[in-house]
Amino acid sequence: MKKQITITINGEQHAVEVEPRTLLVHLIREQLSMTGTHIGCDTSSCGACTILLDGKSIKSCTVLAIQADGKSVQTVEGLAAPGEMHPIQEGFKECHGLQCGFCTPGMMMRAVELLEHNPNPTEEEIRWGISGNLCRCTGYNNIVRAIQYAGAKMQGKETPSTEPTFV
Amino acid sequence: MIPAPFDYAAPATLDEAISLLEQHGDEAKILAGGHSLIPMMKLRFASPEFLIDINNIPGLSYIREEDGYLKIGALTRESDLEHSDIVRNKFPIFTDATKLIADPQVRNMGTVGGNIAHGDAANDHPAVMLALRAEVVATGPGGQRSIPIDEFFYGFYMTALQPSEILTEIRIPIPSASTGNAYHKLERKVGDYATAGVAVQLTLDGSGTCQEIGIGLTNVNPTPLRATRSEDVLRGQKITDELIAQAAKFASEDCSPSSDLRGDEAYKRSMVGVLVKRMIHKALERAR
Repeated sequence: MKKQITITINGEQHAVEVEPRTLLVHLIREQLSMTGTHIGCDTSSCGACTILLDGKSIKSCTVLAIQADGKSVQTVEGLAAPGEMHPIQEGFKECHGLQCGFCTPGMMMRAVELLEHNPNPTEEEIRWGISGNLCRCTGYNNIVRAIQYAGAKMQGKETPSTEPTFV
Repeated sequence: MIPAPFDYAAPATLDEAISLLEQHGDEAKILAGGHSLIPMMKLRFASPEFLIDINNIPGLSYIREEDGYLKIGALTRESDLEHSDIVRNKFPIFTDATKLIADPQVRNMGTVGGNIAHGDAANDHPAVMLALRAEVVATGPGGQRSIPIDEFFYGFYMTALQPSEILTEIRIPIPSASTGNAYHKLERKVGDYATAGVAVQLTLDGSGTCQEIGIGLTNVNPTPLRATRSEDVLRGQKITDELIAQAAKFASEDCSPSSDLRGDEAYKRSMVGVLVKRMIHKALERAR
């Protein structure tokens, strides 16, 4: 039995019908055709489906669409206007924070909330902060630097070196 | 993976939620954070016919000191507990535990009440609540009742909650000043259940004698386990390395872990002993 819900995604209100069992990530990707949010493990382990629900990062494969009724969602598509880049996107670009790119939208959405609470995170704080996001390319060093770059950029500070590190 | 079909309601009051529970009985499940329930439904390990979403009910999420208790509303998110000042100052055991519960995104959804009501010995709060001698408040058609944590866990996924009751609050007695508590779990990776976990709270008197102690064990028994013999060794005594070693030995003997991918039985018993020692030392440092 379908139910009517209203959900604001990236500032735009959508009135949609969903089955109660529809997962939030399926509503976003399949019904609303926003495929920037990825499905990785489908078991709330990998973080590829991370979005912001009322400003908090959550794994949209483990939340029902109907739970987002009346709430506000932000996905990677809502980070910046077309042709522009959010500082976190710029950080990932400048610091080689992505290789295959599959984990990237989830990593960035998680990083947005992390930086909101802690604008100057240490490397250790970032590694704990993204501990719910897996990068199968294992590109974590540059992801950490990308997030530090974004943190500096968002505060109008000088951004750190964008040279890749090799350990 | 998609759950089997179910019907859904998100009542705005506790009374409505309880009357829905009365109406649907065993067919209904409460949806709080959903991070235990929804994965089980996706895997079709659980197929409830009706979900009662309690997230729209106001007044179930709080952390406050009142009447000699730390009171935690059942719908309090793990991330709220993790970042609470009251908790950080007086109950560092929750800071220890919450940062090891799943990962940041899951902690943004997962609730303290759900972690306990799920009745899973692999969850972390049950052992912590055993160490802190908490009480669980259940609200049903007849009103509220308080259940001592030692009488709450019946078996695998089985608790003292009646079919028409909702866990609404956890009450933790605020201990005297010379009290320390600590929790650690051994996990293979972030987000894994504990290979073994140990929670300890102890209170010292002016002479350094252990007045009261609570020790809870995670995921090494069919139900969350109180290490009673270990507590008895230390209560009323000046804590020495010999007594700590004895307490650790008793805990490793008295638990009943099963061999699985996280380790065999002997390894887990050994880790329980190691963690009991470490957590007693850490709680002692914090008490002094």
